[in-house]
Amino acid sequence: MAADRIFGAVMIVLALGYVLSAMNIQTSFMSDPVGPRLFPYLVAGVVTLCSLIMILRPDPNAEWPGPMMVLKIGTALLLLVGYALLIRPLGFIIPTVVVSAALSYMISPRPVPAALAGLGLGVGLFVLFKVILGLGLVAFPRGWF
Amino acid sequence: MDILSNLALGFSIALSPWTLMLALIGCFVGTIIGALPGLGPSNGVALLIPISFSMGLDAISALVLLTSVYYGAMYGGRISSILLNIPGDEPAMMTTLDGYPMAKQGRAGDALVISGVASFYGALLATIGLMFLAPMLSRVAFQFGPAEYFALYMLAFCTLGGVGSNNQAKAAMAAAIGLGIAMIGLDKTTGMPRFTFGELHLMDGIDFLVAIVGLFAVAEVFHFIESHGKNSAIGVKLGKITIPWRDLKTTQGAMARGTGIGFVAGILPGAGASLGSFLAYMAEKSVSKNRANFGKGAPEGVAAPEAGNNAAAGGALIPMLTLGVPGSGTTAVLLALLLTLNITPGPLLFTEQPDVVWSLIAALLIANVMLLILNVPMVKVFVKILSVPSWVLLPGVTMVAFVGIYSLTGSSFDMMLMVAFGLLGWICRKLDIPTVPIILGILLGNAMEDNLRRAMVLSNGDWTYLFQSGISIGLWTAAVLGFVAPMFLRRVLKKPPIPATESYDRD
Repeated sequence: MAADRIFGAVMIVLALGYVLSAMNIQTSFMSDPVGPRLFPYLVAGVVTLCSLIMILRPDPNAEWPGPMMVLKIGTALLLLVGYALLIRPLGFIIPTVVVSAALSYMISPRPVPAALAGLGLGVGLFVLFKVILGLGLVAFPRGWF
Repeated sequence: MDILSNLALGFSIALSPWTLMLALIGCFVGTIIGALPGLGPSNGVALLIPISFSMGLDAISALVLLTSVYYGAMYGGRISSILLNIPGDEPAMMTTLDGYPMAKQGRAGDALVISGVASFYGALLATIGLMFLAPMLSRVAFQFGPAEYFALYMLAFCTLGGVGSNNQAKAAMAAAIGLGIAMIGLDKTTGMPRFTFGELHLMDGIDFLVAIVGLFAVAEVFHFIESHGKNSAIGVKLGKITIPWRDLKTTQGAMARGTGIGFVAGILPGAGASLGSFLAYMAEKSVSKNRANFGKGAPEGVAAPEAGNNAAAGGALIPMLTLGVPGSGTTAVLLALLLTLNITPGPLLFTEQPDVVWSLIAALLIANVMLLILNVPMVKVFVKILSVPSWVLLPGVTMVAFVGIYSLTGSSFDMMLMVAFGLLGWICRKLDIPTVPIILGILLGNAMEDNLRRAMVLSNGDWTYLFQSGISIGLWTAAVLGFVAPMFLRRVLKKPPIPATESYDRD
């Protein structure tokens, strides 16, 4: 119940922000009868309506993860964001080995298989994508070799 | 005999060794993707689009490769349904109902062969149907103006949301979220930025591939971590594969009926393969002479949904190619592929780029034969691959998602956006909000707005113009029906539960 209501409330706030932002869209001299603002208004209207329905008639609650699981999902999120930031400066192999080993450990907490999975994926995927498929990946940070 | 000469043109392109090799690779990879639980046709194809694009494949090659993956995934889904009692992808859900009981009775091999042949049957007939129906529909589509297209998009959202979800408000919300995201970027008509907040990365809008890979593939990673990556060992024995001729003969009727139902379900916008296999199973259950055995390992119960799901996969290509409106999650992904390749689906595709359409159809026919060979005599190869543990598979999927987006856009911003979409997908899944309408909204949003605005230019701002032609009235009616009717039908058509498995081991 609560989850649907919270989501609905958040979406109403977002829809309001969306409308405010849409009001600031500039129109140019070569416009049409509808203009660039109407469609966003319609979209925000639908979102608001659906949010109200979700708040007034919420579905039974889904099972929500406990604090440990939230921590775990949060860690996974951080890992993925970190990976997105580091793959350019550090090259492909090092971040891939570290992040895939960490993800592997989160799914099945055994250090040795996880480390092996990380190593295998880091090197294996690099060979597959760079050598066989010819994608433009860089193996290591610039200036190492 | 237009069709024959067109088909000859298609085969002349598709029979080159390079295309054949791509089709074979696509079939192989597709079957694996379908078979692995957690990876289905939509996220599998989504993962591969950016990669095949970065490899610099030309339009026809990329199309052949990825539609082979699409068909292959439809075949592969049944393998884990039968052996693990876990549907490899959503459309294969119904195959577990009788496939797994058959496997428990020691008839796993028979079930795999019957379902493989049923898949072939369904996909082959549907591809032939596609050959005849698509050009006809594309001639009708020539009469579509902006008002009709706008109504058609409404129809797609309404039926997809109505049929594919449990709560109409949530489905409409998902569609609106997608449409709202599509608005980000420069407005095509006026050239003014919308919702970019001065961020240069957002000027071009959000790349739909980033959204698709995030919502389909990265969301799966979060879901998997949360569900502890429950692994299921293959608890049934798979002996030598022999061909059960007698069963193949008795299930002929089931396959034919399943194909017909699935094909029609596939053509309807919003319905897709899951509904095709569901309806095929339910229909077969009510007409079969063997109906008492359904749920206990009836070969008909394996043949009908598999034929239905593969026929729907072929049928779903018809509205996608002729109208540019996808009928399901996977065809939405294939639409994304076409748009990435700069191929605009629609009636013009058939007249202006017949080589693309017909080589695609020829490739589908070839892929089907390849898939039959891969999936019946060589099915054991895929059974081996099924035993890849989730602690290798999931990190692997994540990395492939990143590599795809990275080599496509080369920007950290887009990769972070992908992760954000992954999180959104996970939250939506928790709240039972369907993600396919979000994708469809992002894909179709600009075209939808564009058609609305063009209609208004034509009519000088008169809103009744949207409901004036016979075609658009029909489409609006269908849209309202497609959205409202499932609310009542849902009570009548309840999905039967998956049979219980006893061998869950926690890895």
